[in-house]
Amino acid sequence: MTWFKRTEKGIVTPTEEKKEVPDGLWYQCTECKKVMQSREHSANAYTCIDCNNHARIGSMEYFEILFDDNNFTELDETMSSSDPLEFSDTQAYPDRIKGSQKKSGLKDAVRTGYGKMNGIHIVVACMDFRFIGGSMGSVVGEKISRAIDYARKKRHPLLIISKSGGARMMEAGFSLMQMAKTSAKLALLDQDRVPYVSLMTDPTTGGVTASYAMLGDFNIAEPGALIGFAGPRVVRETIGKDLPEGFQTAEFLLEHGFLDFIVDRKELKKTLTDLFTILKETKEAKQPKKEKEKSE
Amino acid sequence: MHLDFEKPIAELEAKLVDMKQLAQENNVDVEEAVKSLEAKIKNLKKEIYSNLTRWQRVQLSRHPDRPYTLDYIADIADKFIELHGDRGVKDDKAMVGGFAEIGGQGVMLIGHQKGRNTKQRQLRNFGMANPEGYRKALRMMKLAEKFNKPIVTFIDTPGAFPGLEGEERGQAEAIARNLKEMFMLKVPVICIVIGEGASGGALGIAIGDKVFMLENTWYSVISPESCSSILWRSWDYKEQAAEALKLTAYDMQKFKLIDEIIKEPLGGAHTDPQGMSKKVKKVILDTIKELNQLTPQERINQRIEKFSAMGVFVE
Ligand SMILES: [Zn+2]
Repeated sequence: MTWFKRTEKGIVTPTEEKKEVPDGLWYQCTECKKVMQSREHSANAYTCIDCNNHARIGSMEYFEILFDDNNFTELDETMSSSDPLEFSDTQAYPDRIKGSQKKSGLKDAVRTGYGKMNGIHIVVACMDFRFIGGSMGSVVGEKISRAIDYARKKRHPLLIISKSGGARMMEAGFSLMQMAKTSAKLALLDQDRVPYVSLMTDPTTGGVTASYAMLGDFNIAEPGALIGFAGPRVVRETIGKDLPEGFQTAEFLLEHGFLDFIVDRKELKKTLTDLFTILKETKEAKQPKKEKEKSE
Repeated sequence: MHLDFEKPIAELEAKLVDMKQLAQENNVDVEEAVKSLEAKIKNLKKEIYSNLTRWQRVQLSRHPDRPYTLDYIADIADKFIELHGDRGVKDDKAMVGGFAEIGGQGVMLIGHQKGRNTKQRQLRNFGMANPEGYRKALRMMKLAEKFNKPIVTFIDTPGAFPGLEGEERGQAEAIARNLKEMFMLKVPVICIVIGEGASGGALGIAIGDKVFMLENTWYSVISPESCSSILWRSWDYKEQAAEALKLTAYDMQKFKLIDEIIKEPLGGAHTDPQGMSKKVKKVILDTIKELNQLTPQERINQRIEKFSAMGVFVE
């Protein structure tokens, strides 16, 4: 289990019990090729100590970064994909799922949970790109929807961390409708005025961007993250030209007005804490009573 | 124009024309032969069109003679005032709409618009809207809500346009916003897939109290061609991809991902556009009546519940 070997792909492979990274494991930055201790890298929120490249990480790492003492309660832990279409391409879908589950130790492409962040109750849904490209099928849609429902019921701020190639083809129409379903739930959350932060990480594209990822009260992103509707390859083929430098990066989206801010992963917890502290419902300024009753 | 699988029909029809012409020129009685050939054609049509593969339905959904949004509007609306622009960037000609009167009922009609010849196709960007198209649609929906008029949307797109400017102007944000906003519209919303229903570009105007598909249309997360290129790494597996995606009206209804199917005439909507429009008009008027029985809040609740129930998983 050496991380060093896996770095060609730039995807950090966490192991089950990764909290204490022993000495002697090394990580090489995919960007500047700097070699550092894995422990150093993880202590730096999995960003390069030299060039600040944000490595692709998964739900396990984000939960560890955000929740106090990595204490959280996972929601719908056992939910996994069915095969409503009996889909088969070069491989049968159930086999693909099983293979992905075995390889990743994950049930599907999102994990959801609640806990405290610097003492503030929060609900977090975090996508895992390692699971079939973070694609959204029924499980992702349902788990996100239930996490939204939970945040709404408890009136706890919601954070969704997106990292996805888009909707999952193997569930076709079902996947498409997850865009609708999650948007419906967010419309209700919006109505009840519970804060929702959408954090877009590298990469966030397709049906995920075109639904919950772009519907935050606050749309934020990690530096350098690729964010778009169509993937860069498709856009390039469409226009028949090379894409401009920095096209579809977080910085590009910020410049075009689609992000509130870009946040360094090392500052994520503090920034969100500050934001939710400011937004906290105070006794004096509670919502009008009538409104509140309606929302519960 | 004939599609590849319609060739046997076309051949017989050509034969029939020849036969009639020959008979006229030579003044011979071929009545019996004509009758038998006509019967043969009828049977063949029935056989072919009632055993369509999924890919063949995709082909029909893209038939160049197929009625488009503005064709339906021209047929069913007694009055129509087209509205333009998103009030921000431009008027997206791949998305059309406006207030109309149908059988005495004021409505807002909105839809993707394809073009019929090369010039028109370019003008309409092949029915692929940019963000301003989705924002234009939402602006018109809000107008409809303001003046308490039901909304009908016609879905017919090979996808939202994946271009550079669309990305710059927030294609994803525009679609996402529509999804969310459409759930909260206080007026009845009826959506009808009249041709192609490709992915987010289709869904962006397809959140409704009742979602219909014409019989020979498709609706899915990706086109069979793109699916083939991604999963099979080749463009040659579109038929298999269409089968795998289960993207027809019958599939989508079976999975409860749409509400109802509107039958087409044998051979497709283009073989009898007026008849098709008549049917569509009746569906619209009947459905408005039905939805008017509910309060706005009931409609919103049911709309949300319906879409929230979509998905299959194990716990
Ligand atoms: Zn580096």
